[in-house]
Amino acid sequence: MSGSPFAGLGKPDVSARANWLAPLSIVIGSLVTLVPFKMSFPILPPFGLMMLLAWRLHRPDLLKPWAPVLLGLADDLVSGQPLGSGMLFWTVSCILIDVLDNRIVWRDFFQDWLLAGGAIGFCLIGGRLVAAPLTAHVDTVLLVQVLISIALFPVLSRLVARLDGKGRAR
Amino acid sequence: MAPPPNRRPGFSRRAQYGLFISYVVAVGGALVGACLLLLSTFNPPAFAAVRGFFSEIVTPIASGLDWTRRGVSGIPGGIASYFGVRSENAALRAQVERDRALVDQARAITNENRRLRAMLRLRDRTAEPVVAARLVYSSASSTRRFAVLNAGSWQGVRTGMPVRGPNGLIGRVVEVSPNTARVLLILDPESIVPVRRVRDGLPAIAAGRGDGLLEIRSASAAQAQFEAGDAFVTSGVGGVFPPNIAVGRVSRRARDLAEAAPLASPDTLDFALVQQMFLPEAGQVRAPEAAPR
Repeated sequence: MSGSPFAGLGKPDVSARANWLAPLSIVIGSLVTLVPFKMSFPILPPFGLMMLLAWRLHRPDLLKPWAPVLLGLADDLVSGQPLGSGMLFWTVSCILIDVLDNRIVWRDFFQDWLLAGGAIGFCLIGGRLVAAPLTAHVDTVLLVQVLISIALFPVLSRLVARLDGKGRAR
Repeated sequence: MAPPPNRRPGFSRRAQYGLFISYVVAVGGALVGACLLLLSTFNPPAFAAVRGFFSEIVTPIASGLDWTRRGVSGIPGGIASYFGVRSENAALRAQVERDRALVDQARAITNENRRLRAMLRLRDRTAEPVVAARLVYSSASSTRRFAVLNAGSWQGVRTGMPVRGPNGLIGRVVEVSPNTARVLLILDPESIVPVRRVRDGLPAIAAGRGDGLLEIRSASAAQAQFEAGDAFVTSGVGGVFPPNIAVGRVSRRARDLAEAAPLASPDTLDFALVQQMFLPEAGQVRAPEAAPR
């Protein structure tokens, strides 16, 4: 049957492996903080959050609305932020993206990038406000971290498209 | 480009209710997150057990990565020392000969010092090391500065113990699980270390700034002038950190509030040494030890 020109008809146009690959790759993104370099200032981009946003913007139907709660909890356990900050900020930014999704009719990648940049900035700045006292001198470094993360987002978006494998033989 | 497929449930009532309920669950989860956040803000060690359980799982992975990094970064040095080993051996032998007289002299001074201290009936506390372990990973994407040590309560590490490296103070243990311990680095914005100036013993406080530097605040009533290059060591006040561990060096001349560079980098390839708390809490001091002999 595989030689038939109608072989793919009637099947959903999405990959099945994304169902388990998406949560796994987001948790692995959170675990990037295990790199054996003991940083003395916050400079590593939040790869877990960026993977979540990349999956969310690439496949809006894939993750359940409550998925960021559990993924944020997993990130909090390893990231050093106070427990609950990822659960709160990740979920709120995903719900906000859902709300905006209903307003926006046409889409291109720069809009996705803008949404992801806003969400990254929101989560990192919110996390800084709840984690470190206001007098801490982390704001400049935090700004650099936000900019690096936003600049790296297209790379992760490509990676997610590759992992999703849409449009390939499945 | 048209938008990708959305979560529109169509006309099915069942699908509509399902979507609505999953949003309710998401908002509820966010509220639970907010409650946990409030709890952990007012009581930071509240979820130590949960974090400890997770860190037991991921620390072996991090230890493996750390071991790989040390192996790879040790290769150039290994090759260099293989070729330089003969000449280095000869040089070291000559140096041992030269230093022998100096060592004897130092030994005599140490003996005399011990004898004099015994005459004065000073009660000494030596900072016994508990365990030597490695810091395997840190909170690199967070504004807090924690590092994880691959030794825990089974190796004798307890909450509150100071951690030092070969060059100076690194931080102190805040959470312990059986095989891992979470260390609050002195660079963390919530870390405070009582210090004194090496030159004249001026008391001060070294607080972390969060950007890899320390802030030295004067703790004396008079106005203090900090010069560039002033070195600070722990003073032993407060009973957590043993005295005379190097902490930092002032980088710019300032009055009352100076910024300083820490002397020990947490990103060292060497061991971190966990030490006993300098003065344990009052309940733990044994009576015979407290009585002067």
